[in-house]
Amino acid sequence: MAHIKRTPEQHEVVVIGSGAGGGTVAHVLTRMGIRVTLLEAGPMLNPLADFKEHVWPHEVNHRGAEEGGGVYFGRGEAFGHFNASAVKGGWTLEGEPYTVAKGSDFLWFRSRVVGGRTNHYGRISLRFSDYDFHPYDRDGLGANWPISYEDIAPYYDKAESFIGITGTREGIRSAPDGVFQPPPPPKAHELVIRKASHKLGIPCIAMRRAVITRPLNGRPACHYCGQCGRGCITASNYSSSQVQIFPALETGKLKIIHSAMAREILTDSRGRASGVVYVDKQSRTEKRIACRVVVVAASACESARLLLNSRSGLFPNGLANGSGTVGRFLMDTVGLGMAGYVPGLENLPRYNTDGMSGAHLYMPWWRWEDHDRLGFPRGYHIEIGGGYNMPRVGDFHGAARRHGYGLNLKRQVRKEYGAFVRFAGRGEMIPNNLSYCEIDPEVVDRWGIPVLRFHFKWSDYEWKQARHMEKTFADLIESMGGKVIGLTSHFDRHGISVPGTIIHEVGTVRMGDSPKNSVLNGFCQAHEVKNLLVCDGGSFVSNPDKNPTLTINALAWRASDYLAEEMRKGNV
Amino acid sequence: MSSVPEPEIRRPLTRRQMLERIALALTATGAAPFEFAWGEQVHREAREEKQETGAYRPKLFKPHEYRTIQRLAELIIPADERSGSAVDAGAPEFIDLLCSQNPELADIYTGGLLWLEARMRQQHGVPFLEATEEQQVSLLDRLVEEGDPEKVEGARATRYGASEDYQGFSNYRLQPVSDLAPGVRFFEWLRKMTVDAFYTSPIGIEDVGYQGNKAVSRYEVPESIIQEALRRSPFGGA
Repeated sequence: MAHIKRTPEQHEVVVIGSGAGGGTVAHVLTRMGIRVTLLEAGPMLNPLADFKEHVWPHEVNHRGAEEGGGVYFGRGEAFGHFNASAVKGGWTLEGEPYTVAKGSDFLWFRSRVVGGRTNHYGRISLRFSDYDFHPYDRDGLGANWPISYEDIAPYYDKAESFIGITGTREGIRSAPDGVFQPPPPPKAHELVIRKASHKLGIPCIAMRRAVITRPLNGRPACHYCGQCGRGCITASNYSSSQVQIFPALETGKLKIIHSAMAREILTDSRGRASGVVYVDKQSRTEKRIACRVVVVAASACESARLLLNSRSGLFPNGLANGSGTVGRFLMDTVGLGMAGYVPGLENLPRYNTDGMSGAHLYMPWWRWEDHDRLGFPRGYHIEIGGGYNMPRVGDFHGAARRHGYGLNLKRQVRKEYGAFVRFAGRGEMIPNNLSYCEIDPEVVDRWGIPVLRFHFKWSDYEWKQARHMEKTFADLIESMGGKVIGLTSHFDRHGISVPGTIIHEVGTVRMGDSPKNSVLNGFCQAHEVKNLLVCDGGSFVSNPDKNPTLTINALAWRASDYLAEEMRKGNV
Repeated sequence: MSSVPEPEIRRPLTRRQMLERIALALTATGAAPFEFAWGEQVHREAREEKQETGAYRPKLFKPHEYRTIQRLAELIIPADERSGSAVDAGAPEFIDLLCSQNPELADIYTGGLLWLEARMRQQHGVPFLEATEEQQVSLLDRLVEEGDPEKVEGARATRYGASEDYQGFSNYRLQPVSDLAPGVRFFEWLRKMTVDAFYTSPIGIEDVGYQGNKAVSRYEVPESIIQEALRRSPFGGA
């Protein structure tokens, strides 16, 4: 290891990854005066230069079809050209492969940039329900969390108050109320959808989204351009980069080392984490830093990979992996989307339906009392879509197929525009033994780091839930007087989302009461390594039908408070 | 080791200053509702950033090919009382530009145009451009009819534009069987790229009536439209 350069500086807390988990840890610790060094595998983010917010397709000569019409050949950027300005990643990353075992299906979405996937994600922010923390007690499947709703609730409060979440108090058990900013009003088509959902006995309530409708901590309120997916230049939505990391830099306590791909966590002779080895992507050299505490927040699978690649005499199966559960219990969310055409919405007077990005209403799970009668054990929520969206490349291909060409095509497009509705289910998967990630012994990435190999299978529980979604969406569409057009995403073409494509992968470094079958305790601290914490979705014991980010924020905040106290006491 | 970079967000930029003013306007509670003017400034700056092409000179197509594409674009989306044609919206430029960057796409177009040419000569003894409008429309109608998904065995039912969220929406494949198959495929390409160009243009955006991409201080839904949408629904008025 002659080429390894050592830096003499002793770092206090090294955080690996700058997304929802790493951003929250950096924010909370630096506010308490603790020095944080943040490693990010991608470059620094510059919102003003990077984000293509407000740009029209015609202001780009390829209109969003990419150079040479790449989208027509399936070579477009993930989420489209304009959103790609905030995504900085995708289903594949050049030089950083992963493999999928034969017979499995899995796609892994990674963003390499400060802020990670929080720069562009959907920002749906749902608390887990009380029952979500003890699922095993209810149906004998999966495992219970080592914490309860009461443990995390104060941290949901903190995260929501700081981040800013829209919503209304509803008193629905599956969707616990939080600290909310006023939501924007529902759109016309959403009110028709709400009539349909009420007819079917499904609640339909204000969306809980990490978008601020009132100024907060110096951030201006939303300006309703509907383009959160491109990144927000006024920081009126949550991203860890703009809401937590940039402000943390101003404390003088945060140091960012970007373009730094963590390879291994080092341990000392007593089995404590002592530093991190990373590859500086710009110089392609290996570097190491010594520190007092390591917080891994690289995303569930990337964190599992780092632990599995950190083998030593004391930890032959990977760091903190005496239980053998690192990489196991990989879960994604069950997804299915359906589109319908509603003649009643044709030719309505036009108005601006952008609003805050995405729908202003959603349907929380409504049958939590019926889990033993449905044929599948856990719930899902329903996201809705529709309205007059900014015309994009691809949006009118269906019309061109159906209506040929000429004046007829032109008139049909006018009539149909805004008359489509979409429903997407987001459901809970049960962890299973066939779904996990491990190190592929034969492949390294361009940084010389062994890559992950994925195994994944949906079970009957998930398939049955997807069939229930399908029936519910068709009922919703038909009760609006519409007709079903089909599934909305090519990722759902088999009748259930391709695993990984909902981008809610969690569970690979799970918490639990026992070091025998879990990696972390309820404070996200490794059972076996007291100065190692994992603060991303890896810690999840189950993957309820609530998008994971808000819970990652809350758990990371709670872990940070715990860590600061343990450091103060000298336990860490 | 890399030194900590100063985040570039702090660098003074014209656009940044303007955005700060937007932010300020939005933060000021009770200020006069600010519709659009500030947002427009963002848009103007974005337009200034884009390449100015001026009068378009085809990069790939020969003059007769380009004229044929212009004619086809005009037939696919003609002008009417409300808006201009796909030619007015820049569809031929869009197709030429992308073809000039991608040999695979260029072959689809040059081959398709020659197929169309040959078919027209075979039927009427003239190149496509010299055929009468009736002859042109008659051939294109045949291509549409032959490619109609309802009539093609094994083809999937019509699917609306596919996902809001994911790429791959254009991998639709018909399975035509007649000797018109190459023409059917080519006309599909022409139609999808022409609608893309038209509806992403200012003309197309105005045609469908999209009213967003604005910065507004308050988001409102007109009550009259809500009432109208509910009235037309199976659920009746509010």
